[in-house]
Amino acid sequence: MSREQRSLEWTPLLFSGGLAFLLFTLFIATMFGEPPMRAGAMIQQAGGVELGAANLVTAVVLGYRGLDTLGELAILFASATAVGLVLSTQNGESDKQASVFPDKIFLGEIFESASRLLMPLLLLLGFYIIIHGHLTPGGGFQGGVILAIALFLPALARSGEIPLNHATIRLVEGGAGTLFILIGLMALMQGESFLQPLLQPGEIGALFSAGSLPLLYLAVGLKVGAELAALLVHLSGESA
Amino acid sequence: MMEMVLYAGAVGLLVIGIAGLVLSHHLFRQVLALVIAEAGANLLLLLAGYRFGGEAPIWSEGSFPSVMVDPVPQAMVLTAIVIGVGIQALAIALLIRVRQQTGTLDREQAVIEMREALDQELGRFSTAPKPRSQYAPKGERPLYPVVEEGQDAR
Repeated sequence: MSREQRSLEWTPLLFSGGLAFLLFTLFIATMFGEPPMRAGAMIQQAGGVELGAANLVTAVVLGYRGLDTLGELAILFASATAVGLVLSTQNGESDKQASVFPDKIFLGEIFESASRLLMPLLLLLGFYIIIHGHLTPGGGFQGGVILAIALFLPALARSGEIPLNHATIRLVEGGAGTLFILIGLMALMQGESFLQPLLQPGEIGALFSAGSLPLLYLAVGLKVGAELAALLVHLSGESA
Repeated sequence: MMEMVLYAGAVGLLVIGIAGLVLSHHLFRQVLALVIAEAGANLLLLLAGYRFGGEAPIWSEGSFPSVMVDPVPQAMVLTAIVIGVGIQALAIALLIRVRQQTGTLDREQAVIEMREALDQELGRFSTAPKPRSQYAPKGERPLYPVVEEGQDAR
């Protein structure tokens, strides 16, 4: 089927145009910057005092909407599992033919040395961003992505095997998820609601503050890092 | 006027993405269009909580900014971005399998191939069924780097 034989489809174009018109009129009709919801202003007033988190986004993600974050981790887990399911082969090993990295490929001294040098630095940066998630922009999700890249870099540069095997990745993933749920259940045991922030808020801006939020973000970061690393490894066709 | 430009950008990205989704015939381009639409949707969400002259919703030492942007949409977008990455990875994984099974990533072509394979499997045609599985792929994996033996891939 060549490109010339395809006539311009009018139905999708009409659909797109209508959608654009609908969205524009919707957003012209709403007042800019004056949303009908008041939750944001209330959180800005109370969030730092109640939870001790200087970064109010973290207060929302883990303090006020912790259950949604748990659901999101479940979605990420389901997607990572589905990718593994779709791309796995019969005997559990990835076929070498399907790998994007053929054997005996040498990408150059600079590339391999740089990847070896960068990996510990990236790990450090990832953990730094995770641990300071309640103080500065960043947090578990962003730091987790950096952790995943640090773990995937050796495989990409071919300077060695992936430093984690599948069992370790699964262990980290499961352990982090369990930690998240356990912290939520501990709040339940103390008579609070599920995932209620525990411990004292502490001094705003200190590293050890905001109660159990840094622990939750550490669990999120480890889980995201492990899952994204597993995703990248699966997509690259390597056996991990 | 400024806000109209911002809204036009966000809505425009969303519409470009959806138009690409319904107009393109290549499956990988459809995934890319999905990414663009997602960026537009995220921008719209962020814009809903934006305040002109507002600061980032972070309490820094000593100063508690009086006007801050709304942290709730930002937290939602943070969630949406991560979910988007998961969805894209799943879509790409499915595309790899489609390419291996049918040898093409064209939308109609892939549907035709899959229908033929299904018909053969069900024995609707008298022709002998060609065994086709993911272990004997018809098409190669996309983006396979062509490297000769003993040659560097620089």
